[in-house]
Amino acid sequence: MALEDICNFKDKPTHKTFPFYASEDTSVSVFTESFNFKWRGEMTSKKASDVPLEFHVPSLFKRPSSRASHSVSVRRPFPLSHGTTTLGFIFQGGVIAAADTRASAGGLVACPAVHKITPIHSHLVVTSSGSGADCMLWERILTREIRLYQLRHKRRLSIRGTAKLLSLMLHPFKGTDVCVALTLCGWDKLIYVCSDGARLQGDIFSVGSGSPYAYGVLDRSLSWSLHKEEAILLAREAVFRATHRDAYSGNNVDLFHVTAEGWRQRQREDLKEEYYRDMEKRGKKMDLKTKKAAKITQ
Amino acid sequence: MEYLIGIQGPDFVLVAADNVAASSIIQMKHDYDKMFKLSEKILLLCVGEAGDTVQFAEYIQKNVQLYKMRNGYELSPSAAANFTRKNLADYLRSRTPYHVNLLLAGYDDADGPGLFYMDYLSSLAKAPFAAHGYGAFLTLSILDRDYKPDLTREEAMNILRKCVEELNKRFILNLHSFNVRLIDKDGIHDMEKLTVGAK
Repeated sequence: MALEDICNFKDKPTHKTFPFYASEDTSVSVFTESFNFKWRGEMTSKKASDVPLEFHVPSLFKRPSSRASHSVSVRRPFPLSHGTTTLGFIFQGGVIAAADTRASAGGLVACPAVHKITPIHSHLVVTSSGSGADCMLWERILTREIRLYQLRHKRRLSIRGTAKLLSLMLHPFKGTDVCVALTLCGWDKLIYVCSDGARLQGDIFSVGSGSPYAYGVLDRSLSWSLHKEEAILLAREAVFRATHRDAYSGNNVDLFHVTAEGWRQRQREDLKEEYYRDMEKRGKKMDLKTKKAAKITQ
Repeated sequence: MEYLIGIQGPDFVLVAADNVAASSIIQMKHDYDKMFKLSEKILLLCVGEAGDTVQFAEYIQKNVQLYKMRNGYELSPSAAANFTRKNLADYLRSRTPYHVNLLLAGYDDADGPGLFYMDYLSSLAKAPFAAHGYGAFLTLSILDRDYKPDLTREEAMNILRKCVEELNKRFILNLHSFNVRLIDKDGIHDMEKLTVGAK
């Protein structure tokens, strides 16, 4: 995608399918501003020699017509669903990002081995929840824009800048069915961006249908001074508990650890193993209890 | 769900906002700041729909700053309030209205302190005290009863504490901390956060 832009390759049909702008706003004296970083003035895509993201978004504060009152032009063959558990938190050793790997479509497990955590660049990882297709697309778009920024300005865009860029790119689609809730995990910051327009920076975020369960585990045991191994164990247990209770999360858990040196991915682990380990631990406790009871009765 | 309150005194305005950023039933942040600094002596408190609040408030904020850059002097609170209201009104009948409730508090060197109440339907009223949110139903009567036009800063803080206590007692949601700021001729002052224990 970035190569496409650098080579000035205009893939017209793709861009024309975005139904959300152009004709309606031309009557107003509002210029269609192409989405690039130089939003200082009246820039159109023809003017810019470096081809920006060809969204032809009309002036930033006029959103397209498709709010809830208008009917969707394409009928959905099935209901979109948003089952997932993703979480991220900061501790002394950096940032942990964890997610399950189940993609559900209604009651069907569409895919048991999906990647919900995607690296954007060496020091930024994004966890996604919401509609799978939308997330995949917006991650790619974000990756492209970040890479283009890096090529143009010879430095990386900060994570807060990335979050703001993403939020502004999603803004024209507010009120439509685009459902994207991404958590950008840098090495010292966590920012949650959602297609409703929310953009929050914080120390701990969990998103998705399994998030309340994950919060329950994380809020109890999370502290700044955790060791790396403890933090990973905590993240894994939080995802495990969420997948145990939430029908729409499950299968495996992906864990990323982001530090100042970059992100490192742990091997994907099957949560079945976690379940058996948990059962064993409880089994041991039960054994102790029965032993104690036996001693007393003797 | 969210709560804003403002109390105007003879030479100051006291404002407070809760600190919760929620997403359906989950509190995503406990220390979220809902106040936007428009200029040295004007604060905009903004609650409402998720993305609309930040977008609209930042838009107003940047425009007020731009006015200062272009003309060399700042917009007065009254002018800023009317500008905000005009923008809200313009978008109201468009296809993409902003669903935000606002309180604008400021100190004008000429006219003194001012508190402006604005609604998502772009109504504007200059008021001695005002509140937004479900919490307003519980606290406006306290303000009606105890407010007097010549109150001191201490008295204003006391009324604020009473309101927060009432919320803690009767409001179904747990709003456990509030940002408090005071605007007077010397600018915007951060006051101590008001926190209450869980019910």
